[in-house]
Amino acid sequence: MSATAPPGGRLEHYVSPEPFEPLAAETLTPEQERFYRASAWRIMWWKFRRHRIALISAAVLLAFYASILVSEFLAPYNLHTRDTRHIYAPPQEVHLFHEGRFVGPFVYGYSMELNLQTMRREFVPNPAKVQPLRFFCRGDGYQLWGLVEGDLHLVCPAQGGTFFPFGTDRLGRDMLSRILYGTRISLTVGLVGIAVSFLIGIVLGGISGFYGGWVDNVIQRFIEMVRSFPELPLWMALSAALPVNWSPVLVYFGITIILGLLDWPGLARAVRSKLLALREEDFATAAVLMGATPGRVIGRHLLPSFTSHLIASLTLSVPSMILGETALSFLGLGLRPPVTSWGVLLNEAQNINVVALYPWLMLPVVPVFVVVLAFNFFGDGLRDAADPYK
Amino acid sequence: MLTYTVRRILIMIPTLLVISFITFSIVKLPPGDFLSNQIAELKSQGDKAALERVEFLRKQFGLDKPFVEQYAVWVGLWPAERGFSGLLQGDWGWSFEHDLPVGEVVGDRMLLSFILNFSVVLFTWAVAFPIGVYAATHQYSWGDHGLTLLGYVGLATPNFLFALVLMYFANVQFGLAIGGIMGPEYLDQPWSLAKAGSVLSHLWIPVIVIGTSGTAAMIRRLRANLLDELQKQYVVTARAKGMPQFRLLVKYPLRMALNPFVADIGNLLPSVISGSAIVAVVLSLQTSGPMLLEALRSQDQYLAGSFLMFLALLTVLGMFISDLLLAALDPRIRLTGGAAK
Repeated sequence: MSATAPPGGRLEHYVSPEPFEPLAAETLTPEQERFYRASAWRIMWWKFRRHRIALISAAVLLAFYASILVSEFLAPYNLHTRDTRHIYAPPQEVHLFHEGRFVGPFVYGYSMELNLQTMRREFVPNPAKVQPLRFFCRGDGYQLWGLVEGDLHLVCPAQGGTFFPFGTDRLGRDMLSRILYGTRISLTVGLVGIAVSFLIGIVLGGISGFYGGWVDNVIQRFIEMVRSFPELPLWMALSAALPVNWSPVLVYFGITIILGLLDWPGLARAVRSKLLALREEDFATAAVLMGATPGRVIGRHLLPSFTSHLIASLTLSVPSMILGETALSFLGLGLRPPVTSWGVLLNEAQNINVVALYPWLMLPVVPVFVVVLAFNFFGDGLRDAADPYK
Repeated sequence: MLTYTVRRILIMIPTLLVISFITFSIVKLPPGDFLSNQIAELKSQGDKAALERVEFLRKQFGLDKPFVEQYAVWVGLWPAERGFSGLLQGDWGWSFEHDLPVGEVVGDRMLLSFILNFSVVLFTWAVAFPIGVYAATHQYSWGDHGLTLLGYVGLATPNFLFALVLMYFANVQFGLAIGGIMGPEYLDQPWSLAKAGSVLSHLWIPVIVIGTSGTAAMIRRLRANLLDELQKQYVVTARAKGMPQFRLLVKYPLRMALNPFVADIGNLLPSVISGSAIVAVVLSLQTSGPMLLEALRSQDQYLAGSFLMFLALLTVLGMFISDLLLAALDPRIRLTGGAAK
């Protein structure tokens, strides 16, 4: 082919020396074959992998969720350990070099001064007190998930020293430890809430889409009604109705159910519209003709066709629940101490004094922010990956 | 168009009725009521006259009656004793805690709530619209990424904390008074120009705070819609014929992409009202939020119920307006709506 004909001359006759392969046009390259034979989930994973931010977000979320398995080990102190000598102590920076000499990770101890003008105790780092951190060390005793006794921590302060990388609160409790413990509650609230809304959404949306007619009409009107409620005031009203004498655990479940109770309409709508389209398909008719019950047709034949979609949209509604719990607890209507969630921690940062004097009490907002963002990106990536038409 | 409007209004009536029922049930969920708590307290103090007064109130508002009857009294379907009429007659009920009619306790709070929420919607639109258009026309540029990120940041920051920090900075940097929706000197004054000005100068903090959480979703939606339109054949044709970029954008794709934007008022309003409720508590705005919270805590049932009802009414009305606008913008919606029925 490369031979160029001389101007005006005839083209050289060319025959490829390679053996003739009549099916060449139809044979798939190994790559294509892999693609065609892959399951839907595998294709989804391939697509998802290309979404860089979503992948990072997934890793971040995984790390957060993994941390709740071993909160006790990761936290340098216990949830309720109080250091009464260090109340409202500011965060301690972790240093590596002391006066140009490598010491390894250490913090400078506090020295307390009484400011006579503001009448406040002020803590300043004292360069004379070098307190190297210890790793994999024995510290406060705890019960892992309330079951296994232990006292091993990832990191502890030096003997007799302190380690408050995020400062302490008004009772002298370590903020970092409290945030780590709070993760457990805050991250599971969303999951339980999602489970509730998933259940309601699928059942109502399923019934509505499968039967159609007046059932559909009634459910649709109902959905419109629920959607027109402003969420937060209703959450406020519902959680104000939780009995005061309930134990913290019951309150926790009450709150999660309340959060899930308002979230399902969007899901129900999605389920309905998909079902409306799918129930006309041949395989659905075949299932009905073979005598499958409606529950089985919906659950076994129709739902799996768009599970991936549902999961993606669910992921996108977790952040609103986490924010909802935070808001409710912040207002004092949600979880109450001794249960510790990020919202409960933020409840301490309720007034302007905190912003001015103890800004580190607002640190629990950082994980809230990170998790909400990560869930959003992750959900976006999932949704794009689950879309078969892209 | 007229039949559509009428039908829409007819749907609204049962919706509001059911909402009022749910609202009332939720408010009544906690055991006991405000008066029964108070009676217990007064009994322990042995205050005879006050006790009689409370008993009288109890009777007047039918608190000794069964739940359904109480509901009917509140709505105004059932005559109560002593000239207390219900919501339908424009009577919001009686606040036990403040010992005043709800209408008087509330004052202009509901109006302020309305102004606040309305401004937030306007703000959200004003911000989301140009940003969305820019992000779509400059897809994958630095501007697009940066603005999208900004939107996400607004989405992920809890409103109340943002409010606190902004309030602090407004105070430190500009010397603005902390909290409130107007200067304290105007609080119980009749409306005047100076009062309106004071409200305006305080309004921007809550508006920004509440607005930021909604803008992100709006930007994303407008961007996605516009991107879909921009890839269509007619845009390519118009561009090939040499239509100026700006006119091309405004004339067709933007108008098509506008539909969901209008439809979004319906989705936007509940979240705006939710946001304003909590931000109002933090900033101690004289809107419905803080008082609702207090009323819920003390089981002041008519006050809480009326506030919730008002917020729901605002949402339903907003959705109604957005539906009408949509129908006016897009005749297809009216037609399909009629055919489906």
